[in-house]
Amino acid sequence: MNRKRSQGRFVFFCIAPAAILVTLFIFIPTINVFRMSLYRMGGITNKKEFVGLNNFKSLLADKNFLQAMQNSIAIIVLVTLCTIFFAILFAAILSRGKFKGKNFFRIIFYIPNILSIVVIAGIFGAIYNPSTGLLNTFLRAIGLDSLTHQWMGDQKIVLYSIIFALVWQAIGYYMVMYMASMAAIPQDLYEAASLDGATEIQMFFQVTLPLVWSNIRTTLTFYIISTINLSFLFVQIMSDGGPNGHSEVFLNYMYKQAYGAGVYGYGMAIGVVVFIFSFALAAIVNKITDREVLEF
Amino acid sequence: MKKQNPVTKIIFKVIVYAALIAMTISILVPVAWVFMASFKRNAEFIGQGTNPWALPEQLQYQNYITAFVDAEMGKFFLNSVIVTALALILLLVIALPAAYALSRFDFKGRKILNIAFMAGLFVNINYIVVPIFLMLSDTNKALGVDFFLDNRFILSLIYASSSLSFSIYLLSGYFKTLPKGFEEAAYIDGCGYLKTMVKIMIPMAKPSILTVILFQFLSFWNEYIIAFTIMDEHSTLAVGLKNLMAVERTATNYGIMYAGLVIVMLPVLILYICVQKQLTKGMTLGGLKG
Repeated sequence: MNRKRSQGRFVFFCIAPAAILVTLFIFIPTINVFRMSLYRMGGITNKKEFVGLNNFKSLLADKNFLQAMQNSIAIIVLVTLCTIFFAILFAAILSRGKFKGKNFFRIIFYIPNILSIVVIAGIFGAIYNPSTGLLNTFLRAIGLDSLTHQWMGDQKIVLYSIIFALVWQAIGYYMVMYMASMAAIPQDLYEAASLDGATEIQMFFQVTLPLVWSNIRTTLTFYIISTINLSFLFVQIMSDGGPNGHSEVFLNYMYKQAYGAGVYGYGMAIGVVVFIFSFALAAIVNKITDREVLEF
Repeated sequence: MKKQNPVTKIIFKVIVYAALIAMTISILVPVAWVFMASFKRNAEFIGQGTNPWALPEQLQYQNYITAFVDAEMGKFFLNSVIVTALALILLLVIALPAAYALSRFDFKGRKILNIAFMAGLFVNINYIVVPIFLMLSDTNKALGVDFFLDNRFILSLIYASSSLSFSIYLLSGYFKTLPKGFEEAAYIDGCGYLKTMVKIMIPMAKPSILTVILFQFLSFWNEYIIAFTIMDEHSTLAVGLKNLMAVERTATNYGIMYAGLVIVMLPVLILYICVQKQLTKGMTLGGLKG
């Protein structure tokens, strides 16, 4: 009996600090996001007034928000498609190909993933600078002056410049992940396929891809969540939504409203919408990619 | 068995190498260029006839001195070291016992606690950074102090809290794989619960502790949005760099700006070169990204 009680005390003291901190800094702020979205608060008067779902109603009529939503969806879709294509391609090459420097490429490709977002923004600032940037001066040097652009200043291009930075940052991470699951595929499957006369490309589609499918499916959720978060940080540092809202994404709009303009209630309503949107999207993607799981 | 056409095989190989090399260049060239640019004088960036691809005329290490002293990057560097170290210590001291208790003991409410910590995995810090800021500033107002904002200890505490869920998940997954017999033997030898945990169980979890330290070091050192929101004078390196970039870009002091970039990324690159194997191996173990 005594032993049981002392065990209970030990367990309590082990878990209590973690439980308190997570409650204080994760759960309470999360509940506050939802609660505050029902109030009109902040702004000039700094009064707190319950307004029900009014914040959400004004959101639907807010052109800036709708534009941010559109941009965010474009970013999520394009970043996911491009990253997945290159990550799988590189992973397949590096895990199947028998050539030197496999490790070298893996180490290099992973570098963007360890750098701070601020550093990456700085690097892309150097690349995109219209007069002295690496991209434009390179294009001029090889005689393609017509392709030079105001990469971050042109309303039509800025979104793609951001997308490129996001893809550049993400490829290595997912490639390493896919390489790990490809490494688990038994070698004799490839030997059997090769005896049947399959080419490398056929093997990729008939053996590799079906066997890593469940892993790819899991990463789809990662793509959605991490692209929403990273696009916010990139945009916040690189363009702050400009020019003219053409690179605005919804979390940055939330941050601007809540922290910048001090319209907390409205800002948190955006947060709630994004939160629900990301979960719904992840659930839908999960549902439509559901296949029979093949195992080896 | 049909043989593949040797010509298509060669073309295939060329394309494969071209793609790999293009990606390598797109990563290595900009990073190397930033290192190079950090040694250039300002006149080498602006004005007619300057070539950004040219090597620096001389090694202008003055840029680093200016960045460290005048732009206060030295101060921010120290802040980052303090905050990262403190957050890592707090994280381990709090997450290890919790993970151990949750994975090795059977008690009432264990399931609910496990679910609650798992739920924390789904809350991203970007959503709650403003409520956290409000909570801290309201506490300041209520108590009539300005202790809670711009405080390095509070920042470390928030960093540690934000990665508790992930760390507990990873560590308790590892603790679960250890055989039960160790503890029973320790108890028979007269070890208490605390001594058993600290002296016997935690040392056995070293590999997963190392993974946690590596990943959280990177994420604390690189963290930007929380520090940007709640810190001011005592800010960290990433925020310092962001401000430096804004200032030096308008003042067109590019050399100092790139020196600042190098100051932020060099420690991370050095660490990466030393531990890249554990890092990419550990990633597939944890497999989460923020």
